[in-house]
Amino acid sequence: MITLEKRPQPSRTWTFLAPVAAVLLTMIVGGAMFALLGTDPVAAIRTIFWDPLFNPQFASYSRPQLLVKAGPLILIAIGLSLGFRAGVWNIGAEGQYIMGAICGAGAGLMFYPSESVLIFPLMILAGALGGWAWAMIPAFFKTRFGTNEILVSLMLVYVAESILASVSSGLLRNPEGRGFPGSRNFQQWDAGANRDLVAGTGMHWGVVAAFIAVILAYVLLTRHIQGFNIRLSGEAPRAARFSGVNPARVVIFCLGTAGALAGLAGLFEVSGPAGQISIDFNSGYGFTAIIVAFLGRLHPVGILLAGLLMALTYIGGELAQLMLSVPGASIQLFQGMLLFFLLGVDVFTNYRLRIGKREAA
Amino acid sequence: MNRRTLLASAAIALAAPAAMAQDEPVKAGFIYVGPIGDGGWTYEHDKARLAVEEHFGDQVETVYQESVPEGADAQRAITQMALSGADIIFTTSFGFMDPTVEVASKFPDVMFEHATGYKTADNLSTYSARFYEGRAIQGHIAGSMTETNKIGYIASFPIPEVIRGINSAYLHAKEVNPDVEFNIVWAYTWFDPAKEADAARALIENGNDVILQHTDSTAPQAAAQEAGDVITFGQASDMSEYAPSPRVSSIIDNWAPYYIDRVQAVIDGSWESQQVWHGIGEGMVEIGEISDAVPEEVRTSALELKERLASGEYHPFTGPINRQDGSAWLAEGEVADDETLLGMDFYVEGLTGEIPN
Repeated sequence: MITLEKRPQPSRTWTFLAPVAAVLLTMIVGGAMFALLGTDPVAAIRTIFWDPLFNPQFASYSRPQLLVKAGPLILIAIGLSLGFRAGVWNIGAEGQYIMGAICGAGAGLMFYPSESVLIFPLMILAGALGGWAWAMIPAFFKTRFGTNEILVSLMLVYVAESILASVSSGLLRNPEGRGFPGSRNFQQWDAGANRDLVAGTGMHWGVVAAFIAVILAYVLLTRHIQGFNIRLSGEAPRAARFSGVNPARVVIFCLGTAGALAGLAGLFEVSGPAGQISIDFNSGYGFTAIIVAFLGRLHPVGILLAGLLMALTYIGGELAQLMLSVPGASIQLFQGMLLFFLLGVDVFTNYRLRIGKREAA
Repeated sequence: MNRRTLLASAAIALAAPAAMAQDEPVKAGFIYVGPIGDGGWTYEHDKARLAVEEHFGDQVETVYQESVPEGADAQRAITQMALSGADIIFTTSFGFMDPTVEVASKFPDVMFEHATGYKTADNLSTYSARFYEGRAIQGHIAGSMTETNKIGYIASFPIPEVIRGINSAYLHAKEVNPDVEFNIVWAYTWFDPAKEADAARALIENGNDVILQHTDSTAPQAAAQEAGDVITFGQASDMSEYAPSPRVSSIIDNWAPYYIDRVQAVIDGSWESQQVWHGIGEGMVEIGEISDAVPEEVRTSALELKERLASGEYHPFTGPINRQDGSAWLAEGEVADDETLLGMDFYVEGLTGEIPN
């Protein structure tokens, strides 16, 4: 007979092993799926995990692209992980990302075509503020009226998407765009462009910000009292209250930080790789970052690795579509499996598998 | 392996690529904004891709990438396609314009074709279809058949292309039915079955018995079928699974002749940058079969209108036409120029409501 027995302490081994096991299981089951679709599974897995890094035809281009894709994921996931550790479930990073992009882009475009060096810093500030303000809405309702932040933050994503559609075809529309929706292209405006710091490396300000966020989050969680409060609030809410941690403050801090980082990610994306505000500007980074945060065990270094891995599946997935003609949906399924298996394998972090006779309690 | 055979095989290895270059198939790439199974816009582009394959056989190899988001991901998708050795790349959505321009500047030896945009380069052409010609026929049938005199219109985004369609449909509905009224819903999406179905249901509940759509899914057709007594038109694709009713006709985008033509130009080495805007006459816009649900005399007059459009004898925007605010736009007999049509940002007289801005 097989039973699950709760561990007195979460297993450290499984904490590290679970993501690795999840990746392996995804490769196996995903490979089987590709085989069913009539694609050589080994070629598919190799295209997804190997080609973006080492294929001579693509690697010199796709390796820097990994950073471009991972940057916003890491930046957002770091913010989310603080909240998730404290039991504050911000599901609306996508909305905060959009609002950061709109506010940052809007602040910059107000001064078009000025070439002042202050414009880009101003945009960064406005982007962070925009994301922060959008996250303050669920924070306010939660601390004041006890509403559920999951629902409020998620619903606000759809509000943000509507605002995005509206400003793309109205307020921020490129006056020289022949009536088509979409703002001016930041790549064509030196003062507002977020370009590669060294050409061709994919290293733009957003990637730099992501690395800085990783370091700061690490310091916060291991060396700072606020980090201790966050961890305590999540792991032992009652103990946290007795030791004088103000739960409202933790909620505001976590949502605010996550919102500001998501807003920054949006700003760096709109002024960099995306180039312009457009109706379909957001491409799901805010939601994917939730997977990245958990895949990275809510640990800053883990998130860094998880972000890069997720970026790899995206870019590898695109290559698989291109080279092997697998359907786009199968790649999404493949990525979904990753989270599914992670959550599944995670059982072993907290439980032990017992095979054999159950001992008398 | 001795030295001699080693050298010999090296020589073959060196010679082979040069020899193969002659017979190597031309590679045509396609970037799609939606899934190839959307039943509308992307489906038709992919059908044309398959037509290219069939037409050229071994001479041409095609690759595609579906559901490419407009924005940063598009630029990567196009770049990777160029890196994979594509000789010509079709980017099939307006939102791919800036990314296509960007990638085209980095790959001068690859030819690019961008659908519905307006930026060109030495290796970048644009192509689009005069869908407003099809809209004229739609408006004609819709205006003739409505009993409530209320026509619902599911619009996607307030861009010239969509506004042109609304104006053209309205002018020709009003021509046959002066009491007709258009109710326009802006869905802010090209493809979102749930949203489109909601819009269609709301319009039907408000008494609209004809639903026109500028969105790509078949959801409005399904909603109309459910309600009964409502007619619709296939958009981008024939959507004939809803014929003979609610779908009474359709506008079909037929990209195949153009794609075959352009790939042929690459093979011949005669490809040149151009801007084309083809209509019914050239076959880029097709009118799907007008079903039995349409009265005989309406069908006859609609087909007659189609003939006049195809031959170029009649232009859907022929004066006198006033703008919505009552100011004169086209004088008696005057025909709209392409420049105005391409940037159209106003309603014609008689339409109610405002274009969202």
